[in-house]
Amino acid sequence: MWDYSDKVKEHFFSPRNSGAMEDANAVGDVGSINCGDALRLMLKVDPDTETIQDARFQTFGCGSAIASSSALTEIIKGMKLDDALKVSNQDIADYLDGLPPEKMHCSVMGREALQAAIANYRGEEWKDDHEEGALICKCFAIDAVLIEDTVRANNLSTVEDVIHYTKAGGGCSSCHEGIEEILTKVLAEKGETFSPHTVEIKEEAKPAKLTNLQRIKRIEMVLESVRPQLQRDHGDIELVDVDGKTIYVNMTGACAGCQMEALTLQGIQQKLMEDLGEFVKIVPSRAGSLSRAVCHP
Amino acid sequence: MDAIYLDNNATTRVDDAVVAAMLPFFTEQFGNPSSMHSFGNKVGLAIKKARMQVQELLGAEHESEIIFTSCGTESDSTALLSAIKANPERKEIITTSIEHPAILNLCTHLEKEGYKVHYLKVDERGRLDLAEYARVLSDKVAIVSVMWANNETGTLFPVEEMAQMAHAAGVLFHTDAVQAVGKVPIDLKNTAIDLLSLSGHKLHAPKGIGVLYLKRGVRFRPLLRGGHQERGRRAGTENTASIVALGMACEQAMQHMHFENTEVKRLRDRLEAGILAKVPRAFPTGDVTNRLPNTSNIAFEFIEGEAILLLLNKFGIAASSGSACTSGSLEPSHVMRAMGIPYTAAHGTTRFSLSRYTTEAEVDRVITVVPEIVAQLRRLSPYWGETGPATEPEKAFAPVYA
Ligand SMILES: Cc1ncc(COP(=O)(O)O)c(C=O)c1O
Repeated sequence: MWDYSDKVKEHFFSPRNSGAMEDANAVGDVGSINCGDALRLMLKVDPDTETIQDARFQTFGCGSAIASSSALTEIIKGMKLDDALKVSNQDIADYLDGLPPEKMHCSVMGREALQAAIANYRGEEWKDDHEEGALICKCFAIDAVLIEDTVRANNLSTVEDVIHYTKAGGGCSSCHEGIEEILTKVLAEKGETFSPHTVEIKEEAKPAKLTNLQRIKRIEMVLESVRPQLQRDHGDIELVDVDGKTIYVNMTGACAGCQMEALTLQGIQQKLMEDLGEFVKIVPSRAGSLSRAVCHP
Repeated sequence: MDAIYLDNNATTRVDDAVVAAMLPFFTEQFGNPSSMHSFGNKVGLAIKKARMQVQELLGAEHESEIIFTSCGTESDSTALLSAIKANPERKEIITTSIEHPAILNLCTHLEKEGYKVHYLKVDERGRLDLAEYARVLSDKVAIVSVMWANNETGTLFPVEEMAQMAHAAGVLFHTDAVQAVGKVPIDLKNTAIDLLSLSGHKLHAPKGIGVLYLKRGVRFRPLLRGGHQERGRRAGTENTASIVALGMACEQAMQHMHFENTEVKRLRDRLEAGILAKVPRAFPTGDVTNRLPNTSNIAFEFIEGEAILLLLNKFGIAASSGSACTSGSLEPSHVMRAMGIPYTAAHGTTRFSLSRYTTEAEVDRVITVVPEIVAQLRRLSPYWGETGPATEPEKAFAPVYA
């Protein structure tokens, strides 16, 4: 039996705002019956103020899918569309006092339905390229697709790399066999074989001290290399400033503020340190976003 | 209101008499059966008695064919790994696509080690094609492993006939009979079955005790080597209390065999018919004319199994589901997928498994509650209209983005 919070149970047993809405002017449909969960979000938006006056849902899915849908409608009622767009899946999970890691995708589905509904209202196209894989790391709710993509995008070759980049495997370590299998598969695509032994980090001659310009260029190169992965999750990162050992960045898009942000930043920071050969600290320039993520690890 | 437990294929309640029989083996009868003193001697005799009780239920020819293990999974692993170690030149295994993970995950692991595994397919009722089986049987096969009864649908496989076929081809035959033992009559001495696994907790004995039946003369390689326990075939000091309990549970299962196949079956049929009469768009899965007497697996279309279980639980009813969500995986049960049950129904499959403790009043209560729950969830489902499935549900809800 899942360890559902009382709030999840309560929203499942007595869902708020369920059922069809006849006069909806924004509808977002996501999921499919094949995947085992599907959600239709219906909104009544006041065209003058762009405020969500009413929200209803219909959901095919498990307890947490229904509870997440119910929570979502409660969160967004009365919100302006632009503010509603900032509602993250973590907000939905927080509203429910948390979801088990296996069930975080239910809150993601809620966020996606919201984006789809707003896109529908504005006559925009909304594309969900979010693909889900089997859950590998239960400590941090990280699935196989994310690990595979990260390994590919960054040419990772060890379990330690994967931990640094995705945090997967950094908790109880029971999933290391699964991570090794992914590494074996991705490396085989390149004709390489996975070796479980961590490669010795070569003692490189310490590079002559970089000039400020060289240093910023290298930081930019590292950030460039991680952008594809972030963009895949509708996010992005840009360099704002470098002040001594502190590198200020701006995280944008779907990833901002979500739980992944803290995890991703850690990975990027690690990569920067390896590349620059010095200790640096990466800090989001938009105050608040990281601290919140840290509050809900 | 008392809770209604209809999840006996997951695990069972230990019978009070069984608990009473095992308790002394924690305290006054705590001796090691291998010891020479009287503390050990009595325990040794108790284990001997339990072994004979198991032998009786299985219809085994010799008491020494019974090897106590720690669980069904250990028995399964021991059987397959022994066969491939004893026949190193044979690099193929035959099993079915709907085995329990205790077999399937071991087989996928063996594939990585270079073994070729034939997974026999099943039809929409969960039945095997014996012609397909005959085609893959050859002297390259180290072992055939086919479950006696499926844990999700209760469907019975013709293991006796399949063992004959394996025998004729000179191939070892193992059956995972974890769900069958105690529910259907078994008489191993008159079969060609070489190895059989059972698990105590499915027949009102405790969890963590199992048996591997090993026909006399079958070549064997132990999984655990060490002391001489179980004649060197399974080292490790015996779990005496649980062995005694399993023996007692087997004796009781033997006494209730007729009851199981008449009264329990009658209640199962009453439950299934009662639900199907009141719930539209629902159907039983598996081979309904050839299954365990206690199991009914019903697919409720357009709703999701975990949600059904949570609501049942609220009414004090315990069942289980083949939905993806209950396991935390992305796919609904591999058994439902192998039978080609469409996704619209596979996610909503619900298993009710009875026992000799189930009462008619309990069954009738479930028959009243289930239709309400299904209706409640269908009201929430985007695939369900006012009175039935939305016309062409896949079209009524077709996310452009999915
Ligand atoms: C068919 C089947 N095989 C094997 C097992 C595993 O048995 P155990 O839990 O004793 O390891 C089970 C039960 O979970 C089962 O139903």
